[in-house]
Amino acid sequence: MIAEIGLAALWLSAALAVLQLLGGFAGARAADGVAPLSALVRPAATLQAFLCSIAFLSLVYLFAVTDLSVRLVAINSHSMKPMIFKLSGTWGNHEGSMLLWVTVMAMAGGLIALIERRLAERTMMATLAAQAFVALGFYAFLILSSNPFERLTEVPAEGNGLNPLLQDIGLAFHPPTLYIGYVGLSVAFSFAVGALLTRAVTPEFARVMRPWVLAAWIFLTIGITAGSYWAYYELGWGGWWFWDPVENASLMPWLAATALLHSASVLAARDALRTWTIMLGVIAFSMSMVGTFLVRSGILTSVHAFAVDPERGSFILGLLILYIGGALVIFALRANTIAEGERFSLVSREGALVVNNIALSAILGIVLLGTLYPLLTEAFDVRVSVGPPYFNPVGAIFFLPMVLVLMVGPLLRWRRDEFSRIIKPVALAGTIVLAVLVGVALLNDIGILSVLGLALAAGLAIASWAPLFKRALLRTPLAVWGMCLAHFGVAVALFGMAADSAFQKERLVAASVGDVVEVGPWTGRLDSVNALAGQNWTAMQANMMISYDGGPEREARPQSRNFWTPQMETSEVALLTRWNGQLYVAVGNQAEDGRWQLRLWWKPFVTFIWYGGLLIALGGALALVGRVIGDLRRRRYATDVDDHDELPLEPEVQPAS
Amino acid sequence: MKTLRILLWAAVLIASGLFGLFGYQLTQPRDEFVQSALVGQEIPPFDLPAATASRPGLTSADLADGSPKLLNVFASWCVPCAAEAPQLEALEREGAQIVAVAIRDRTEDVDRFLELYGNPFTRIGRDDISEVQLAIGSSGVPETFVIAGDGTITYQHIGDIRPEHVPELLEELRKAGA
Repeated sequence: MIAEIGLAALWLSAALAVLQLLGGFAGARAADGVAPLSALVRPAATLQAFLCSIAFLSLVYLFAVTDLSVRLVAINSHSMKPMIFKLSGTWGNHEGSMLLWVTVMAMAGGLIALIERRLAERTMMATLAAQAFVALGFYAFLILSSNPFERLTEVPAEGNGLNPLLQDIGLAFHPPTLYIGYVGLSVAFSFAVGALLTRAVTPEFARVMRPWVLAAWIFLTIGITAGSYWAYYELGWGGWWFWDPVENASLMPWLAATALLHSASVLAARDALRTWTIMLGVIAFSMSMVGTFLVRSGILTSVHAFAVDPERGSFILGLLILYIGGALVIFALRANTIAEGERFSLVSREGALVVNNIALSAILGIVLLGTLYPLLTEAFDVRVSVGPPYFNPVGAIFFLPMVLVLMVGPLLRWRRDEFSRIIKPVALAGTIVLAVLVGVALLNDIGILSVLGLALAAGLAIASWAPLFKRALLRTPLAVWGMCLAHFGVAVALFGMAADSAFQKERLVAASVGDVVEVGPWTGRLDSVNALAGQNWTAMQANMMISYDGGPEREARPQSRNFWTPQMETSEVALLTRWNGQLYVAVGNQAEDGRWQLRLWWKPFVTFIWYGGLLIALGGALALVGRVIGDLRRRRYATDVDDHDELPLEPEVQPAS
Repeated sequence: MKTLRILLWAAVLIASGLFGLFGYQLTQPRDEFVQSALVGQEIPPFDLPAATASRPGLTSADLADGSPKLLNVFASWCVPCAAEAPQLEALEREGAQIVAVAIRDRTEDVDRFLELYGNPFTRIGRDDISEVQLAIGSSGVPETFVIAGDGTITYQHIGDIRPEHVPELLEELRKAGA
């Protein structure tokens, strides 16, 4: 019954999306945005959000009670799983995650329909039509080729279980977070298409789109940060980023969204970079879809094994061609009707932001090329795998100069500026960079990239706060605080990355009980190894007492776990965290002679990578709150004076003068 | 503005190229096999003790005694290995000399396996740490290599041997000089 309710809600949502598309299209064709049916567009979008939530909650319920008559539950769940993993099993599979996708998309669409009134009605109608058009493709995909509510004629006695790597608290939150980010970018895509269709690429459009991009970007940032930490402690390989296709699939939309965020600021404040902003709006969501395609079609091999199905791959490819191809063609046809925006000199805030955009786009291109290169050469029967030796140095070529510009850019004025005006803070940051550079380079055996990374991180950590100098701090807009915090987060993360690669120490030993192992400043003793049983696994646990630099002993209990539903071996690492880094301990198999494989890494400041990621997200959140409060205030003001045409100019982020 | 339009059409073109590549790759059969890089090269030196009392162990010298052989990489704990046993016996009846490496196995398990599924092997080496398996570029069990009389690896068959593969393997053996 519940499954049927869910399926019915899904079909109804799809029907409402058709209505939204038709009404929105009719509205977009009318000069004032009002046409028969167009009055139904906003209610259709809102109702869709409600119905999709019902469909999604139905599936959550089916997983919670382990209704094995539903095929998806039988394949992916098991009655003996802990409740939290039964729930997270809802989206730990293809069908469920696509349902989550359309649900988030419907909610975003419903929210715009409900609250967004600033744009011309015609543009809004075109935007909502575009949103419905994109949503329809995914409804069709879900209903026709990945129905999550399909019943089994014969009910099995027990379910198959969930991939043990995914039975982790991180998974309960990681995919939904990323999905909100991916799908949130569909809003930017729809706004871009809506603005293109109605030829209304204005600063107002950028201001309306910006909070949506910002929100999606915050979730992407958190999702990537959490995903990186998950891979770090769950895979047991000691690394925090593997340039795996699935990781790249989440990084590419983030890079595009970061660029979009900055170019939208230029468009909002200065009415420049019009076509470029539209282009990024299209690209950001395209990258979300390309990523989804690469992961789901199985054409790239990855540690993230999703069920591979060529039919699904073909379906998503069809959607890619329709949406990305369609948007690009509309864009190419319409490009000459978008007037050129305002001009600016190279030394200006816009100039710095353009450099940021070029660098981010270049990194995006590098990651895209590296991810797709194996696919390209495979077409010519050459098998290659592209890894860190390509991504790290080639990415750094653009990333490190971008950090340099990042120190200076926020201090520059819009339109035109002189370097001489900001010479003091620039000199200060430059001195710090040089001092650290020289200081660290004296420690010989460190790679050039790590040295540069450490130096630039130090400089940026100071420079990121420079926009606040000489400002009345209490009257400084939240968006400026957010920007400073996010840029500081970049410095923190960069420091973590560089420190980890520069100072990491690794030991791989075969140890008997009683043996002492040393790595860096840590000394550990293997006290015992014992068997353990959990709800659906058994494990061998190594019990170690470990001390830092002769200090008090702490317990570390890494496990090698064997799940039996389905059968799989995973490594549960033990992490000892200090303010200045983490000790990472993994236990492997027992050798013939009874000794245990132990792997220990001392990773100085590695935690700063994720702290940095969280700071970036927090900065974004501050900026978002600032923007939304500002918008609300202006809306109140606008209704008070009852004159929509003469809104006061948005106080854009201005540097101290 | 004109350059912008050219750039945009270039973007459309690049996207089409990508879609074409995606589409082409989707229609390609996905083979997950990793071919050994050592095909065409001489087998690396090794010396394995016997995996069972009934057959002697295996050294690389045994593989370079002048007559071409099949080298079967198997394990008693591997289900496809049991499935391919009749095909190995068929190969033996056709005159193929077959030697084997048992991967991460115990003597009593190997004995039971041979008793259940037959023993077409003249020699069985015991590889407890997969050293030979890794050295000859095999990524799993079962795999079967064709080794020429001079010890050169000439062919690699990945996965279990199905009845239709028997003639192929006999042909490869013939090419290797049998």
